[in-house]
Amino acid sequence: MNKRMIARTLGFLLLAEAVLLLLPVFTALYYQVRFPSEPNDVFHFLATAGIAAVLGLLLISVRPKDKTIYARDGFAIVSLGWIVMSLVGAVPFTITGEIPNYLDALFEIVSGFTTTGASILSTNGGGAPGDLSALSHASLLWRSFSHWLGGMGVLVFLMAVLPLAGGGGDIHLMRAESPGPDVGKLVPKSNQSARILYLIYTGLTVAEILFLYVGHHCGTDPNMDFFTSVCLSFGTAGTGGFATRISGFADYSHYSQTVIAVFMMLFGVNFSIYYLLLCKRFKDAFRDEELRVYLGVLGIAVALVTVNTFKTAFTNFGDALHHAFFQVTSVITTTGFSTVDFNQWPNFSRVILFLLMFLGASAGSTGGGVKVVRCILMLKAAKVGARRLSHPRNVTSVTFNGKPVSRDTLNNTTTYFIVYSAIYVTSVFLVALDPNLTSITSVVTGVAATLNNIGPALEELSPTANYGFLWPLSKIVFIFDMLLGRLEIFPLLFLVMPSAYKRHFRLHKPY
Amino acid sequence: MIDLKIIVVGIGKVGQTVAEQLALEEHDVTVVDTDPDAVNDAVQSADVIGVIGNGAVQRTLQEAGVADCDLVIALTGSDEVNLLCCLMAQKTGGARTIARIRNPEYTGQIGLIQDSLGLARAINPEKEAAAEIQRILKMPVARNADMFSMGKVELISFIVDENCMLCGKALSESFAHIKARALVCAVEHGGELTIPDGNFVVQKGDVAAALIPTAEVPDFFRQIGFRTSNVRNIMIIGGGKIAYYLVKSLLRLNVSVTIIERNREIAEKLSLEFPKANVIHGDGTNRSLLLEEGLTHMDALCSLTGIDEENIVLSLFAKNVAPQVKTVTKVNRTAFQEVIRAIDVGSVVYPKYTTANLILQYVRANSKHNGNGSDMQKLTRILNNRAEAIEFTVTDGSRVIGKTLTDLELKKGILIGSIIRAGKAFIPRGSDMIQAGDSVIVVTIAQRLTEIDDILKD
Repeated sequence: MNKRMIARTLGFLLLAEAVLLLLPVFTALYYQVRFPSEPNDVFHFLATAGIAAVLGLLLISVRPKDKTIYARDGFAIVSLGWIVMSLVGAVPFTITGEIPNYLDALFEIVSGFTTTGASILSTNGGGAPGDLSALSHASLLWRSFSHWLGGMGVLVFLMAVLPLAGGGGDIHLMRAESPGPDVGKLVPKSNQSARILYLIYTGLTVAEILFLYVGHHCGTDPNMDFFTSVCLSFGTAGTGGFATRISGFADYSHYSQTVIAVFMMLFGVNFSIYYLLLCKRFKDAFRDEELRVYLGVLGIAVALVTVNTFKTAFTNFGDALHHAFFQVTSVITTTGFSTVDFNQWPNFSRVILFLLMFLGASAGSTGGGVKVVRCILMLKAAKVGARRLSHPRNVTSVTFNGKPVSRDTLNNTTTYFIVYSAIYVTSVFLVALDPNLTSITSVVTGVAATLNNIGPALEELSPTANYGFLWPLSKIVFIFDMLLGRLEIFPLLFLVMPSAYKRHFRLHKPY
Repeated sequence: MIDLKIIVVGIGKVGQTVAEQLALEEHDVTVVDTDPDAVNDAVQSADVIGVIGNGAVQRTLQEAGVADCDLVIALTGSDEVNLLCCLMAQKTGGARTIARIRNPEYTGQIGLIQDSLGLARAINPEKEAAAEIQRILKMPVARNADMFSMGKVELISFIVDENCMLCGKALSESFAHIKARALVCAVEHGGELTIPDGNFVVQKGDVAAALIPTAEVPDFFRQIGFRTSNVRNIMIIGGGKIAYYLVKSLLRLNVSVTIIERNREIAEKLSLEFPKANVIHGDGTNRSLLLEEGLTHMDALCSLTGIDEENIVLSLFAKNVAPQVKTVTKVNRTAFQEVIRAIDVGSVVYPKYTTANLILQYVRANSKHNGNGSDMQKLTRILNNRAEAIEFTVTDGSRVIGKTLTDLELKKGILIGSIIRAGKAFIPRGSDMIQAGDSVIVVTIAQRLTEIDDILKD
């Protein structure tokens, strides 16, 4: 492993975090000027930025002998980077006293960066520490901003700005951080590819902010002020899920909720589709198999939930449709926003939502879960396998988008699913030990909601509840699950494998 | 610097090198190959994007973006596929095309092929490598030899040993006694490359590169203490394509050639093609065979088998039993260059680099600004590809015209080595001026030059 390159890249990452922390600093300054009675967080964010900057500068001074990195270096950089980034990012919450318990603060920021949106903050109001109302505007912004950064990836963000590794090494970082079985570039040069991704990403985010703010400006939604538009758009873009009000989403107009739902759906689409659209390759874009399955499943799920909640949870068909659409989209894209407490819905709808948690969004989007493309591949492989049980000599190839899928990819996808399941089961075991949880549903759905980066689960971890009451072991398990889910397991697993540290081992990303 | 969109079809040994070099020069490179592993490797080792498929099929080319691509380079193992690929590329997008065509049977009709298919270049790596070997054989003291300006100027690299007059003296001191016009434009000492000035002291073991007008080459080497002799008897081991082209041109010069080839069919074909050559069917690594066929009386030995290790060992063996023999070794793999250099096996020819250089030269020459002031005629890399010598023809728009050389503010690491005017080559002095219509040879260590004005400080 090229330890010097790893250290140096982590240095750049920390410097970037220091610069990004300035956004909450300016927010704090702004609100300090406008609303002097608000808690003043300027110094705390500045101090954290300072710490990050100092650490970053120290690490950058490490001069690598060789700038070449391989797949395993990519894994190490991504996993260590995200851990370090979270450790530093949690500091402001603790030193401001808003989340005095560091583990809780860490949970919250990891939930932010991994775009989960599970919160340990209570929603009682009153401004007590550990409650959502205690957070200053700067803290709220930092929480939501972490969703935006984590969505498309921090290393991808860096790559757009400066070349991190020599030769073609950047692809290893991209592959380690971006979700999906076969991550590729949009254009030949890595940094240009990263730039295009971020341009599309930023463009869509800005569009959502405008749509939301227009609603406020026209008077239809008094609660959707500019600050909220920005925070919620950050959250949608990263498919995160943090709310900024203690009432969640209930106080926003139907218009705002619909805007958010539509954009959630958009952010769950593979970004290379958007690139295809920009290149005017419309046919290729709309013929994409993953896109069709994604939209198809979404449509069917919305229909089923609407019918199921009409007359049971909602008296009005329009309401049922509206909230079904919002909630299904929220869960399938692993965002986790909720307009109503879907824990009160009939079992059928709740099960649909639970299963959608595992399906996840498209690869190459900011969503989590196993990813639609992997599910498609596994089902196809299973179909072919089943056929060969009755026709052993039959040769059928698995194809995706008309192209044959290599056996390697299929094997790796299956491997991914097996390891994923093992982690799910282990987590359920550990979380079941929690004395504060009484319902098995909470345990099972809670792990699903964190491993797949959704946020709210069912029963005791429903949208109206929070994760704060759990004991530390559960919180630690969930922190790992959130990271494992966002980074798609192997980069983190790699860190704990002893073979990683052996000099002669070269690891290819298995899937 | 305009960056081109380039598609490289076929990532074999040469394709990979070319793709890497072009990506380093900041062009947008897409590689195409039918082998997914090759494509994956290429994408991981260079900043390129890959498409898996047959490059001669229109759909694959479209997927690779041929519609708005500037240049398609076909380097697959099959000449026919390369030609088809270029044809499809041209018809689909109008990109310029370069194809590798190595079958000796097609050399006669290359011109016709090029015209009909609109190829910008047809590259025959073996023929080029053979030409390079021939230049080295013409000047046996040379490690490498390159020709500029239609043969008016040679750039020759050689090792300075204790017999050489330059050894241990400052350049200005040595050249005060030399009548031949030559300029030492780059010296490699202990792994470090320098563009020397008059005070530079050349030491034993250094590799020097000198620009010399062709007519004065033998004279120059004699004056600095090298005994030059004409190569009259050459032994070639390995009857492959390079040998084919080499033998053809050597026989034209009335040189006596012995070829040792392991495969009977190939040996017979060679003897049919070249009745004047002495063709031996035997194993070139057989020591007694080599001695029997007169290795010790040869002036030169060219090891051109398909196996790098064999070639290297043969050359070392020759140097051992017959130190006067000039050895030229062909090495396919470029990965172990430094090791081979350290062994000091004599002249080494890397066909991979020959091809890559030709392509790079073409790309450089065609990615220049508008309002240029020069045409690039030739680009070559010397001293293990770490320095470049480029020949430009200067046109009216250039900013280098009309100023004396001392007045021109050049970037670091650049030397104007030679000016060719009205068919005559000369080493310029500080008081000389570059005129429109001159050909100028520039040697540079660090810079990437695409036109003559690039040598000036911005």
